[in-house]
Order: sequence, then structure tokens, then C-alpha cells
Amino acid sequence: MAFDILEPGLATSVQDRGRFGYYNVGIPQGGAMDQLSASMANALVGNSAGDAVLECAYLGPKFTTDTDAVIAVTGAPVAVRVNGAPAEQWTRLSLAAGDEVSFGMLSGGTRYYIAVQGGIDVPEVLGSRSTYTLGALGGFQGRTLKAGDTVPVGAPSGSPSTRDAIPEELRPVYAKEVTVRILPGLYDHRLTAEGMETLVSTAWKLTPVADRTGLRYSGPDLEWKPRVQPFGAGSDPSNIVDAGYAIGSIQVPGGKEPIVLHRDAVSGGGYAMVATVISADMDVVARSAPGTQTHFEPVTMEQALAARADAAKVRRAVRG
Amino acid sequence: MSHAPQHLDAARYTWGGDEFLFVEISESMSLAANFKANAMATRLAARELDGVVDICPANASLLLRFDPDVIPPDELEALVRQVEEEVAQLSEQTLETRIIEIPVWYDDPYTRETGARFRKGHQRPDGTDLDFAAEENNLPSPQEFIRKHHESPWLVSMVGFVAGLPFMFQIVPQEDQLEVPKYLSPRTDTPPLTVGHGGCFACIYSVRGAGGYQMFGIAAAPIFDPAQKLGDFSDFMIFFRPGDIVKFKPVDEDEYKAIQAEVDAGTFTYRQVPVTFDLQKALTDPTAHNRDILEKLNGI
Repeated sequence: MAFDILEPGLATSVQDRGRFGYYNVGIPQGGAMDQLSASMANALVGNSAGDAVLECAYLGPKFTTDTDAVIAVTGAPVAVRVNGAPAEQWTRLSLAAGDEVSFGMLSGGTRYYIAVQGGIDVPEVLGSRSTYTLGALGGFQGRTLKAGDTVPVGAPSGSPSTRDAIPEELRPVYAKEVTVRILPGLYDHRLTAEGMETLVSTAWKLTPVADRTGLRYSGPDLEWKPRVQPFGAGSDPSNIVDAGYAIGSIQVPGGKEPIVLHRDAVSGGGYAMVATVISADMDVVARSAPGTQTHFEPVTMEQALAARADAAKVRRAVRG
Repeated sequence: MSHAPQHLDAARYTWGGDEFLFVEISESMSLAANFKANAMATRLAARELDGVVDICPANASLLLRFDPDVIPPDELEALVRQVEEEVAQLSEQTLETRIIEIPVWYDDPYTRETGARFRKGHQRPDGTDLDFAAEENNLPSPQEFIRKHHESPWLVSMVGFVAGLPFMFQIVPQEDQLEVPKYLSPRTDTPPLTVGHGGCFACIYSVRGAGGYQMFGIAAAPIFDPAQKLGDFSDFMIFFRPGDIVKFKPVDEDEYKAIQAEVDAGTFTYRQVPVTFDLQKALTDPTAHNRDILEKLNGI
């Protein structure tokens, strides 16, 4: 079983829940940026939560299936077409051999997901099928898809889908204004009180410089406390001796335009991080389109863990 | 002949969201801070703690990823503080590691060509990165800078940024460290295997891509091999580990091409030998320390 790719889309890649345990040598976790949407697509077709899906950014692929297949499309709102006829998102779609799937324009968000019963069956590399394009590792030959690719689909496990559709109230929203909860920390003591106040009181605007590695926001400058820079740290007050970067951490090079590192983060570098997006809100960041007004709301570790527990409840509800 | 103060205060503990614990050993770079980060990482790994996902030692800090559903943050912090205490009590500060010879074609045409494309906005728009580095270190010529670069060995103080990229800190007294500011604005392109330098750190770019370090040469053999074709990569696709010691060996165009041919034929292996890194010796008498470990490498 396979999908034959007629048009690849802008940056279509194979992703799963991610590749863990290799961050110490610079290999990021990867995986679907919007994990909840990807897991909903898997649930609809009866896959396990760890099966690989296709992640489509902005402009989706056009492909045909060489056998009968069951798919689901979730994530950013987009017009889905099967043989040119409109089809639904957030539900199971049955394809016959030879059917052609294509997509129209997005009407919000950035990324949507295609799950197929049996999962995208590329080989696992270091325990994951996720694509790490910078290292040309994993996924389909270590890269985003190209026209002419034949993407292997696994044999269905035979386990029935638990849901025919994702109910409206469980679906993510794609808002033009979002609140992202952050835990201040790491090098937050290097900002002045005004600098931290600016971080949490500004309506930051997501710039078009946003990809799987990180997302950059525009707004006012943040002020750093002056200091004599430590040996090896570099000359700017926003510089530190190169250190590991938490995924979701917010760095502010030169005090300008904060960057949130995402699933394909660089694992370390020389810019001070001042807060980290809590795990429950990484998907919210992933769904943000350029222009999204973003408020960073400081929370405590207890609140972060409570939000994490709530997110786990939603994931359980999805699987029914 | 001595390094920055060896005394390290207690580390600073802070959270990177609900999945990362960050331990800052020291604000400034030193062999002692790096040794402590690595020693803590090694001991934490040996404990095989449930819920600890990644243990990432860095130059002067340590980053841990954990699953708070398995190990609560407070419990993890207490365990890591215990390990910090253990490391502070060590009577012998040694690390069993290896020294590896890395052939480099200095002042090569690949990094020269790339450097020439990014002169605008560079600190030295009319020269090369090597000219700039020599001037910054008050050295008479780029050749003299190159000699100092490969004369003394380097400690791999961190692996990361991208897959398999080593950061290296030269095992010499602080006043002899080569320091070169990074590019004012990062390049959008860097040849793979470029030997770079930023601040007090050398690096080897494992993949092509963006970069802000000054470029001095190109390593002749791979350091990241996802296909695992070469013998040195049969266990793992990434060559460097924190704690490795690197001796750069200058090669000319003919030697570079001969190594490339061996790489293509799948027969290339790095010259390497096990050594003991002794922190106190490296700090008090780096010349003798470096001579001893280089003798081991030359004795193969």
C-alpha cells in the first residue's frame, strides 16, 4: 500500500510523536507540531497514537492511493477534496484504489494532518518515523515530500476506530488572538523588572519567521540588566556561555523579537532564555499563523502541571 | 600558567517549563565548570532514573528533560542536588576518554568562497575571517593563528545546536585562549565540516546551514553519518561525545583529497587512542598534560 505524490505541497513531512533521548547530541524531538490534532487524526482511523501521519504546512499535497484506504484530515481548517468533490475534516473518509486527494486554501492556522489506517510506514530511525530535515534523518528519506514520491502505508492493524468524528467541542480553535502560558525562569533574572513586565504585558505579533524550529514575535524591545559579561559569554547582554535550550523556551537575542523554540529546536546556543512555554500550550503556539496576537501569561509550576493534567484528559477523551 | 578560579559555587537550579530542569554550574566558561557538568551527567545517566528523558551536559551547565508524570519536579531536583554533592566530594577529578586526530585543511577554498559571499556587514569586510582572527588575538599573521589553533588540544565541552556538532574549548591557560567575536549578523550558509570559532569556542559544523562562527578551514572526514557507512559510525551516527579530546592536524590539498578518497571508499577511520583527562593536571600544568596525551596519540 502506498500514496503516490502528484504534488508535494509546500513542506509536507512524515511526523509522529517524536524522537526522544538524543537531544544531548543535538537531535531534536521533532514530531507533529500540533500533537493533539495529529492524535485526533490517528484516533479517527483506528491507529495507535504513535503511528506516523503526514504534516502539511499551508499548501497541501495532491496524491492518489494505490489501494482502498481509510484516512482522516484534522488540524488547520482547509478545503479537502476527493476526486475534486468536497470532503469533511475531523471525520473518517473511505478511499477506493485510484482516488485522488487534494486540498484548497487554509482558512486559519498553519498545519493540518493526514492519518491513514495502518500509518505512514517509513522505517524508524532512532525510535521514530519523524522527519528531521536539517540532519536529513528519519521520515521519507530524511526530507519533505517531492512529486513522484511513493509513500508507503502500513497494513491496518484491524483495530476499529473509536470515533466516527471528533465532536466540535473537542476540536482545537484557530484564533487570531491567543494566550500562551509560560513559566518564567532560566535566565529571567537577567532582565530588568521592566523587561519582564514588557514580556508579559505586550500583545506580541507572530512574524512570518516561523517554522518547525522556532517562531519569532515582533513587539517592543526588552531591557537587560547591565553587567560585565562572564568569560566565554559573548559581548551582548543577551549572550550567555552556550548552553542547552529547553524546547518551548523563549530567547530574546539583543533584546529584540522573542523566539519560541519548537519541536525541531536547535539544542543549544548562546542566547539567554527568560521563560518557557508550558507543555500544555506548545500546540497553541504550533497552530498560530503569522499575525496572531499573542499574550504570554506567567504561571507557576503547579499551574503548569495542572494544565498538563487537563491536556492529558482531553487526549483520553479523544480516544473514547 | 593558571586558569580562572577553580573554585565553583553551588550550581543554580531553574525550570525550563514543566519538562526541563536547567542547572547552571557557572556563568563563565572554564575547564572546571565543564568537568563538573560532565561528571554530573555521567553519574545521573548511571542511575538510570525513570522519567529522565534526556541528560544534556553543556559548556558550563546541564539541561535535563523529564516527564513530570513519572518523576515530580521537586523529587528530580533533590536527586540532582545529591549528585552535585557527590561530584563535589570527588577526590580524583579524572575522566576516562579518548584523543582523536581531526585532519583539517586550513584556509581552504570552500570556506574562503563562502566567507567572500558574506563580507558585507562583517567586522573585517576587506579581509578574510582568518585575517580578522589573527588581528583580534594580536598575532602577526593568519599562519600564526592557524599554528596556535592546532598546536594545543581541545576538549569537546558540548555536543549540539544541530546533530553532532562539537563545541570545543582549548586546553590552555585562559590568557592563551583564542577569542574571536562571532559574525555581527549570522550567515545563511556554511559548508558542511567547516571549522568555526565564536567567543572562546571552536566548532565543526556537522551539516550545511546557517551559522555565526568565523570560518578557518574544513575538516576532511565526516563527523555525522546518518547512513553509518564508515567504521567509526557502526555503533552510532554521531562521532563526538562530550569529554572527547581533539587534536587538529593541518593537511594540504593533496592530503585532503586522499582522505576524501578513503571516505568515498568506506575505508577511512580516525586515528584515536584512549587517554585519561586529569582536571588538576590540566589546570596546574597544561603543557605537561598536553604533551603526555599527545605522546599517546603519536605512539599509535
